[in-house]
Amino acid sequence: MNPVFVLSLFDGLLNTVILSLLTYLFGGLVGLAVALGRISPSKPVRLVASTYIQIIQGIPLLVLMGFGFFGPSILGFGNVSALAAATIAMSIYSSAYLGEIWRGCLQAVAKPQWEAAECLGLSRVQRMTRIIIPQAVRIAIPPTVGFMVQIIKNTSVASLVVGYGELTYNAKIINNATFQPFVYFGLAGILYFLVCYPLSELSRMMERRLNVASR
Amino acid sequence: MSPVVELEDVRKSFGSLEVLKGVSFSVERGQVAALIGQSGSGKSTALRCMDRLETIQGGRLTVCGHALHEPGVKLSDLRRDVGIVFQGYNLFPHLTVAQNVMLAPRLVRKMSKAQAKDRAEQVLARVGLAEKLGAYPEQLSGGQQQRVAIARGLAMEPKLMLFDEVTSALDPQLTGEVLRVIEQLASEGMTMVLVTHEMEFARRVADRIVYMHLGKVHESGGPEILTRPATPELARFLEAA
Amino acid sequence: MTYTFDFWPVLERWPLLLKGTLVTLELTLITTALGILLGSVGAVLRTGGPRPVRAFVAVYVEVIRNTPLLIQAYFLIFGLASAGLRLPILFGAALALTINVAAYTTEIVRAGIESIHRGQTEAAECLGLSRLQVYLHVIIRPALERVYPSLASQYVLLMLFSSIVSAVGVDELFGMANRIQSDTFRNFEVFVVVGAIYLVLSVVVRFGFWLVGQALFPRRRKLGTAL
Ligand SMILES: Nc1ncnc2c1ncn2[C@@H]1O[C@H](COP(=O)(O)OP(=O)(O)OP(=O)(O)O)[C@@H](O)[C@H]1O
Ligand SMILES: [Mg+2]
Repeated sequence: MNPVFVLSLFDGLLNTVILSLLTYLFGGLVGLAVALGRISPSKPVRLVASTYIQIIQGIPLLVLMGFGFFGPSILGFGNVSALAAATIAMSIYSSAYLGEIWRGCLQAVAKPQWEAAECLGLSRVQRMTRIIIPQAVRIAIPPTVGFMVQIIKNTSVASLVVGYGELTYNAKIINNATFQPFVYFGLAGILYFLVCYPLSELSRMMERRLNVASR
Repeated sequence: MSPVVELEDVRKSFGSLEVLKGVSFSVERGQVAALIGQSGSGKSTALRCMDRLETIQGGRLTVCGHALHEPGVKLSDLRRDVGIVFQGYNLFPHLTVAQNVMLAPRLVRKMSKAQAKDRAEQVLARVGLAEKLGAYPEQLSGGQQQRVAIARGLAMEPKLMLFDEVTSALDPQLTGEVLRVIEQLASEGMTMVLVTHEMEFARRVADRIVYMHLGKVHESGGPEILTRPATPELARFLEAA
Repeated sequence: MTYTFDFWPVLERWPLLLKGTLVTLELTLITTALGILLGSVGAVLRTGGPRPVRAFVAVYVEVIRNTPLLIQAYFLIFGLASAGLRLPILFGAALALTINVAAYTTEIVRAGIESIHRGQTEAAECLGLSRLQVYLHVIIRPALERVYPSLASQYVLLMLFSSIVSAVGVDELFGMANRIQSDTFRNFEVFVVVGAIYLVLSVVVRFGFWLVGQALFPRRRKLGTAL
């Protein structure tokens, strides 16, 4: 085990975390719009949102990486960095899944609460921001934390088309030099696990607590 | 001839809670015994011990010749001889009525499909549900589901049938149709133990009443004890019922 | 800057696309069958196995679910190669995908098994069914029926993620896409075409699950409700 290589793995882990956080930010913003679009009172908006979800959920992340990488220059933005391309692809991908998760949470509280809020004479926007969203957030947190794990694992796909130097990418480079796959892919796997497992546990714990609270 | 069911000083605890504190009674062949008593007195536990859903910790318990107090009971043999019906029906929701009834004859008795089908038709006719063969449990009323559960037990041709408050989840008007089926079985000479809260029914059908109180048989005898209880506890229980 | 789209060089190579599509379907079919089988066994062992076996399955599930598929595939395929075991590449890829998806399936089916009421198994035991018969007829089948929609989604994801094994040199659909890219340099067009094919495939997988569901769960066909 060469310390230089091990350091390079940590370097990759840092980039994995950066890409994950960017994805969470942008994917979350788009995802919120998608979720709201799915429960919009306007039929065309609902249709657009659900079509978007169906398409994104029917395409591999790898293909989206291609769009993220080659798309911007076609749209006239010139070449983008690997990080930017990966962020675009990951954000689009995650927005569809987060949008669906959050729609479920919104609807879970919306149904019983909607009429009550209506009776209070609140406007649609007020109902949403004052009544529905605050309650939906509570039940949305466990699956959202759970999806964080998916995002972190999926950033590994950014090593392929766009060639972003995250953890899997660096591990692959090291393996090409050393040909010790068990050691370096094993180490990379352990690093992923050390980041993901606590989040998985946290998500499960919060889920349980929520179930107990609602009983 | 030895009794079909014989309990002698049977004891059973859940953790530190002793539920059966030395229960003794017996049921002869062709007899119907009704187990009555307050909630929590151990009626269900006693019944479940008879089908070895619970293991006893003391005393002797013999059911259809199987000594359940001895180690190494052959469960498959016991359960060929004993049928049980639960309060919550416990039908298999993914199977039709006919498939529910045919499952055990096919898997356990290794009957052919045609044989099992015949058997199913025959027992379902006995409970008055011949026309419901292809329905799924959720399409039936509670009373009909409970009758299917009885038919499912009968299909194995048991020597003993156990019933645990099989009507207490039912509306009064559905209760009657289930009780009539049980009464019919009694008249055909089936040996049965039933836990019940239907005192009128117990008086009519049972040959033997076993009143359980605080984990023991407090009083037992013929149906006449329901009209002339010997102990104040049974008298109070009957008044409240 | 205006870009002129030219799909012809991509579409012209349709035999490659077709071949890739077939490999993807083949890979999906095999791993789906194995995944559901092993996942169901895993779920049974996880819920009813002896203690050490339960613990082993739990560890397996957590390790797989908390590391990326790509790392697992590299670890397995390059790892075995470095140990002198050169698997046929398609076999190695199918193995990696199966090991991965079986872990997710174990979790899904376990949730189904745990939702089966205790009274169901008691009733079956009292009818004299053996432990194995109880599992097969009264636990696993309704459990699978209950979690079937989640399973279908999971296996659509599997099909989509099978694109990743192009990274270890499998010529499935995405591998073919890579080839066509380096032949034609029509990168964007390749992604559009391949994306569209995957979209169709995802519908095909969903439809396949629906069909099998109709055959496997007649109650669903008749009443259309979840258990
Ligand atoms: N599996 C178990 N674990 C722990 N305690 C149990 C268990 N089963 C029953 N008990 C307890 O044993 C006692 C007797 O229960 P049982 O179900 O036999 O009563 P019962 O006479 O059938 O009452 P009911 O009329 O309410 O059905 C109760 O206090 C009950 O809480
Ligand atoms: Mg009871």
